[in-house]
Amino acid sequence: MLSIAHVGKTYDNAVRALDGVSLAVAPGEIVAVVGGSGCGKSTLLRLVSGLDNPSQGTVALDGDTIMSPHEKIGIVFQEPRLLPWLTVAGNVGFGLTSLLKAERRERVARQLDRVGLADKANMWPRELSGGQAQRVALARALVMRPAVLLLDEPFSALDAFTRVDLQDHLLDLWADSKPTLVVVTHDVDEAIVLADRVVVMHPQPGRVFAEIEIDLPRPRDRQSAAYDFAKRRVLAALDRSLNRKITDDRETKSETGAAMWW
Amino acid sequence: MTVTEPALATARQPRSFAHPASLALGLLLPVGLALAWELAVRAGLSDGRLVPPPSRIWDTLAELASTGELQRHTLATVLRVAAGFGLGVVAGTLAGAITGYSALMRGLLDPTLQALRAIPSIAWVPLFILWLGIFESSKITLIAVGVFFPVYLGVMGAVLSVDRKIVEVGRVFRLSGPAMVWRILLPAVLPAYVIALRSGLGLGWMFVVAAELLGASEGLGYLLVDGQQLGKPAQIVAAIVVFAVIGKTTDWMLTSAAAPFLRWEDRYGARA
Ligand SMILES: Nc1ncnc2c1ncn2[C@@H]1O[C@H](COP(=O)(O)OP(=O)(O)O)[C@@H](O)[C@H]1O
Ligand SMILES: [Mg+2]
Repeated sequence: MLSIAHVGKTYDNAVRALDGVSLAVAPGEIVAVVGGSGCGKSTLLRLVSGLDNPSQGTVALDGDTIMSPHEKIGIVFQEPRLLPWLTVAGNVGFGLTSLLKAERRERVARQLDRVGLADKANMWPRELSGGQAQRVALARALVMRPAVLLLDEPFSALDAFTRVDLQDHLLDLWADSKPTLVVVTHDVDEAIVLADRVVVMHPQPGRVFAEIEIDLPRPRDRQSAAYDFAKRRVLAALDRSLNRKITDDRETKSETGAAMWW
Repeated sequence: MTVTEPALATARQPRSFAHPASLALGLLLPVGLALAWELAVRAGLSDGRLVPPPSRIWDTLAELASTGELQRHTLATVLRVAAGFGLGVVAGTLAGAITGYSALMRGLLDPTLQALRAIPSIAWVPLFILWLGIFESSKITLIAVGVFFPVYLGVMGAVLSVDRKIVEVGRVFRLSGPAMVWRILLPAVLPAYVIALRSGLGLGWMFVVAAELLGASEGLGYLLVDGQQLGKPAQIVAAIVVFAVIGKTTDWMLTSAAAPFLRWEDRYGARA
């Protein structure tokens, strides 16, 4: 169980990025965090990853307070952040130094196969496309078999086709060992395709504004009416988080609202 | 590995075409001039006393080599550069790494070092001679000072500009301090380090000439002075040619030694 309790974060420059954020995420649950730019989504993930520490409150995984990076918590950033001096295989195996060489090679090969890049093992990061690089970053995190995987707008730098592809791929990978996923996104569709629960955040200071359960069966049909309904609920919550009025013509209003997050 | 072949092959292709052609173009002027001068002297248009033609320079080199003098002087100079370069690199790397890593140490050391850098290094010579005598120590120290500054600045700048995002990857994987240095910081600064070493080496060769001109009983710089005092311009030009050749050779050795570690580099002209 990942629990975020009454967490606040004030940066050195006095920016109050988060205030009283509480959230409990069950093992294997997929939570999407949405909200406008600057409402503290990245800050929240950095606190959970242990890269930064909260000013108030605590983050804990199974009772362990997180104050520094934890072996059971992995993170994928918006940029792949591959180490350019290591090959694809070297990057994926970066965290596996405690294993024997043969075992390490085996684990890396299997993970690369899982992300569909088995034939790229000996390439340099500069030789990869954006989508491939992000898959390597995913593999690098997943090969550690994390209990919690944090993703900060992992696909937002990719084109629409690659993005949808990788969303499905992420769910596929998730099914292997069902880690807890916390996905920050500004793409409402991404949130609804991926998540069991969408957390809508409210800016300045960052707070949890609403939590919306998405209990649609997987795989989710992006064209279905139920999907559309869920999307409208999330968009409406986003609108309300910014004090926008909701008119009768909800759909058009929601679409304009959506443009704000993209 | 086979997968990477096509990419590398296309990347190298322009070089294999451009290289010989640009080499030939670059050689046209110096070779043409040398040839013209050789012919002019042979035709009796000039006696070539002050500006010796290539054949006479070659004869001088051959003669110096046959007596073993060329080897002795070259060795003396190379050893000085090696010692000075080694010292300068060690000191520059340590100082650069410490000041790059710690803001406190940077505040403490950098202003002083920058002030010292502003002094033309040759100005130290009289002091070094007083302190260390006229023999090897003062010469090697002068070379080391010349090498120190580009290496120091290069390493400090490189450490300071290591991408925070990449350091965070190391933190996420919970690297210890030494592992962070060895697995993240070192590879990240390597390209800039090689550039710093190359400029350090270049200055090392510059300063060895200065040191040897100011008084030496052997070394290529001594050949220069000797050639001037005895009126042997061919010997001066011969020594200059040797300087050029070994200067270029050592630079090439440095880049080739580093090349296997920099194959990953992704920058314009990285393969040129
Ligand atoms: N390292 C930092 N130092 C100071 N302020 C920061 C820092 N990181 C983020 N902030 C501020 O905190 C707020 C939340 O930022 P962030 O968590 O990046 O938002 P989001 O990811 O939702 O766009 C913003 O106002 C941002 O300017
Ligand atoms: Mg962000």
